[in-house]
Amino acid sequence: MVASEHFAGWAFVTPGVAIILLFGAAPLIWSAVMSFQRSNLLSPSTPFVGLKNYRQLAHDPVVAQAFGHTLLYTVLFVPGTMIVGLFLAVAMNRKIRFIAFYRTAAYATMAISTISEAIVFIWLFDPSYGVVNYFLSLVGVPPQQFLNNPSEALFVIIAMTIWGWTGFAVVIYLAALQGVPSVLIEAAAIDGATPWRTFRRVTLPLLSPASLFLAVWLTINALQLFDEVYLSTQGGPLNATTVLVYYLYQQAFQDFNFGYASAIAYALFLAILVITAIQFRIGRRFTHYRS
Amino acid sequence: MTATSAPSRGELHSARDGLAPARRRWRLPFSPWHLVLLPATLVLIFPFAWLLITSVETTGEALHFPPVLIPHVLRFANYPDALSTAPFGRFFVNSAIVAVVTVAANLVLCSLAGYAFARFRFLGRTALFIVIMATLMVPFQVTMIPQFIITKWLGVHVLAGVGINHIGALILPNAATAFGIFFLRQFFRTLPLEYEESARVDGASRLKVLWRIVLPLAVPALATLAALTFLDSWNNFLWPLIAVTSTSQMTLPLGLATFQGAHSTEWTLVMAANVMTLIPMLVIFFAAQRYFIRSVAATGLAGT
Repeated sequence: MVASEHFAGWAFVTPGVAIILLFGAAPLIWSAVMSFQRSNLLSPSTPFVGLKNYRQLAHDPVVAQAFGHTLLYTVLFVPGTMIVGLFLAVAMNRKIRFIAFYRTAAYATMAISTISEAIVFIWLFDPSYGVVNYFLSLVGVPPQQFLNNPSEALFVIIAMTIWGWTGFAVVIYLAALQGVPSVLIEAAAIDGATPWRTFRRVTLPLLSPASLFLAVWLTINALQLFDEVYLSTQGGPLNATTVLVYYLYQQAFQDFNFGYASAIAYALFLAILVITAIQFRIGRRFTHYRS
Repeated sequence: MTATSAPSRGELHSARDGLAPARRRWRLPFSPWHLVLLPATLVLIFPFAWLLITSVETTGEALHFPPVLIPHVLRFANYPDALSTAPFGRFFVNSAIVAVVTVAANLVLCSLAGYAFARFRFLGRTALFIVIMATLMVPFQVTMIPQFIITKWLGVHVLAGVGINHIGALILPNAATAFGIFFLRQFFRTLPLEYEESARVDGASRLKVLWRIVLPLAVPALATLAALTFLDSWNNFLWPLIAVTSTSQMTLPLGLATFQGAHSTEWTLVMAANVMTLIPMLVIFFAAQRYFIRSVAATGLAGT
């Protein structure tokens, strides 16, 4: 009986676990080792070079730039998406006419791939023929260069990714809103609280677990921004949209500096861990769990 | 405007329940939330609409400023033109194969492993589970370089079909995920033990218990895993970009990105191609909207 349970256990887990060990666990260790090696496909030998890759990383001006862009992107994208999602979810959390249509329109952004999304937004923000420049001209704003302008490009990418994540944020907030007991809202109203005060003091605290989840989830994704940058700007103009993962991709699969790229990957991993831990720490203080 | 509808109705209302303050004399004939939701929805669907419009414009109208908001003639020929410029049918088939096989493999392998971790006691269970959990948080970028080297090696030394530049390379590394195993294990542990125990006493094998008793009870969890895996697989870009270079093995996102790179000024063709890649996903999404929405909401609520 016991022996057969050992056998059954291993038989059941082996196929799945083998794949995760081969493509998840082993690469995790291997890239850690590689980050201490010189490994660039040009020479077959991969000598250990100690902390050289990490020292190079600390002094690489492009890494500093990429880190700055990634942070700026994250700081604007995450709250932006959360505010848009919360606002729409609150507006949609009622039984009015056409509500299914409104909700479906928001959900539809979830079905679109990052590539489709990026292509549409490149076209919308085209400097010569783009419809956004046309709308701006209607209110007297001169045509903008958008993705060709170093001081505007990152903001266009922020706009397109907020649009792309709206459906996700709406779904999360709508689900959470439906868990808010209407008794509490009614009680606050009877006590004479204005709708805004009720929202601030009752609804918002009850939504805090969903907010924390969204903040963490969106941040993890924001720090890994790649697809939109690859498609729309390739990190340009003048490195203005070079984010960490894009630079990592360039180092790894355009220049084949596997050692250095692995060091960047681990720096990114560390950044994600630290930022997520901070979010949970701060979030816990403002998060109210019902039990 | 419409804002001044029937003050009598407001008065009648306040007279009836006697509580509503008298100063609320006028009300909209519709919920004021429409004033927020309608413009917001227009902004949300405008990119879709503009995509659709451009896809049936002539090049002359597309490359015109100010933009032609309503095309004079609908040029549907953009669609066959795009199809003849790049093999979008091939990309679609590749995407479908990769997504369907990945989902099926995940359902089978994660069910087996998740069930064993949930119910069996075997040597090394805890250690293995910890190793799997350790990979759960790791971003793909950290493992992609060794994954590339391993995939390349497998293709050369073991089986060409799972090597670099084959769609098998897009399936195998994702055929089982730490998330899937963890997610199903958590679900299986919430199921009551009694059914399984009595089936075992009646002589059913462990595999039969899983197949006949546990999995039918786990259909909601399996559907969630399937929906999330499908979305991930269908939209994946970075790994196909690294693993595949020849056109015949490309999936839709990679094929579309390559097409856009090669024809970046032919916006009508690019948009027709974009519409064609988008439609299948939109159809699947709306057909199974409940499942997708519930799945996404479930991951959010699980996190809370």
